[in-house]
Amino acid sequence: MDHSATTATDPEVVTAMLPWYSQQYGNPSSLYRLAQESKSAIDEARGKVATAIGAKAEEIFFTSGGTESDNWALIGVGYANRKKGNHIITSAIEHHAILHTCQYLEKQGYSVTYLPVDETGKVSIENLRAAITDTTILVSVMFANNEIGTIQPIREMGKICREHGILFHTDAVQAIGNVPIDVVDMNIDLLSLSAHKFYGPKGTGALYIRKGTRIDSYIHGGAQERRKRAGTENVPSIVGLGIAIEKAAASLDTNTRRIQLLRGHLLDKIEHNIPHCKLNGHRTDRLPGNINISFEFIEGESLLLLLDHAGIAASTGSACSSGSLEPSHVLMAIGVPIEIAHGSLRLTLGTENTDEDIIYVCEELIKAVERLRTMSPLYADYLKKRS
Amino acid sequence: MYSEKVMDHFMNPRNQGEITDADGVGEVGNPTCGDIMRIFITVKENVITDVKFQTFGCGAAVASSSMATELIKGKSLEDAWEISNKAVAEALEGLPPIKMHCSVLAEEGIHAAINDYRKKQGLPPWEEKAGHHHGHDDLKSEE
Repeated sequence: MDHSATTATDPEVVTAMLPWYSQQYGNPSSLYRLAQESKSAIDEARGKVATAIGAKAEEIFFTSGGTESDNWALIGVGYANRKKGNHIITSAIEHHAILHTCQYLEKQGYSVTYLPVDETGKVSIENLRAAITDTTILVSVMFANNEIGTIQPIREMGKICREHGILFHTDAVQAIGNVPIDVVDMNIDLLSLSAHKFYGPKGTGALYIRKGTRIDSYIHGGAQERRKRAGTENVPSIVGLGIAIEKAAASLDTNTRRIQLLRGHLLDKIEHNIPHCKLNGHRTDRLPGNINISFEFIEGESLLLLLDHAGIAASTGSACSSGSLEPSHVLMAIGVPIEIAHGSLRLTLGTENTDEDIIYVCEELIKAVERLRTMSPLYADYLKKRS
Repeated sequence: MYSEKVMDHFMNPRNQGEITDADGVGEVGNPTCGDIMRIFITVKENVITDVKFQTFGCGAAVASSSMATELIKGKSLEDAWEISNKAVAEALEGLPPIKMHCSVLAEEGIHAAINDYRKKQGLPPWEEKAGHHHGHDDLKSEE
């Protein structure tokens, strides 16, 4: 129930990857036959990634994952377009791979606008339009949020950026495999993706860079990835990424429909059986498998511990689980009161989940919430006030 | 992340509940910080004969409350007052550094309950020791 954190690598993907560790271990940069087979494998994977998002093969660059892709997009575009301007627009609810990179760029003399979001987590088109200045060089807004699942009006944002001659990047790490994406139709200039979010291997991803986009290299060294991203290619993982994205694209409709249905059942059951809960995010424009819900009077980390004890993996926006004692910046940005944010739970469904899982999770969740409420002084006060 | 002892006290909290006619009640923390601890004590002839807790908070907060109630039950008020956050953390076989404030909260909860009892008896409250930690921020730099 934590598929937004990561997914299990598809056995078919693992099988496809294995030969590239052993018999087919050639370095794609070498010239002999063994090495050229590795090169062909990478090119094949590149084609698969391109097809999945409506891009051309030569516009796909393999990276070590979503975080590197995000860093590269922001820093690479920032540095290459420094003469044109120093202003970047992003949103308040981005992943830290974007937010912390923006903070780094601010230290380098860039100015960053963090667009607010409404109570459902959406960026407003009007706000974006108003934030654009003569010095704006890049807009980076995530396709779908990792915590609350809200999907942004990407096509409209891309259109505005195109009209103003501003580059548009989207962190689509959570969206790929869950939402149809076409970079041409959606006016996207750069897009980050990560294989392990759609049943591919960890530590591998890609950055789509539309042809003609001014961007500096981020990792310097050899001439790999057409001199744009140095370092010997992670051939097995790239092969895995290719298979995973091809499978994700092929089953997108059926899969998302099935997962959305399961999610709907689970959410209905929770909302019917557990009083004092509130869904965070947008009710319809959200990732198919995402539920983010706050339970009043209890704290999220203890809820996770009880669920974990029952064999259920989940996630929370509570400060107590963050390692920094700060509650989720996303829940804060959509205006969730801090004490309610502490009681938030994120369940993210994936392909392995079944109807039985939904029934089991709901049963355990009811028990866990009840148990924590029984020990909560806040709930005791509420009951006293009511009687 | 947590020791077995912490998980034991979290999964099977001791003395959880409420004493409706408690002689002293201490409440510390606040919902914004993510933890509230409420400790109820019954005092007979200067000895804590019964104790219960209610806690809103993380696993460490619940376990610290549970352990604190075990440590003070049957103790004189003076001895209970001397139980430090470190004693609570040690009895739990350690807490992650970032969770040490939960044990501080437990110590403060005990003190608040004892002073509430003293106030109800018309006695002056005991004073916290100098250098005592009061909140999250004090502790962050130390841990």
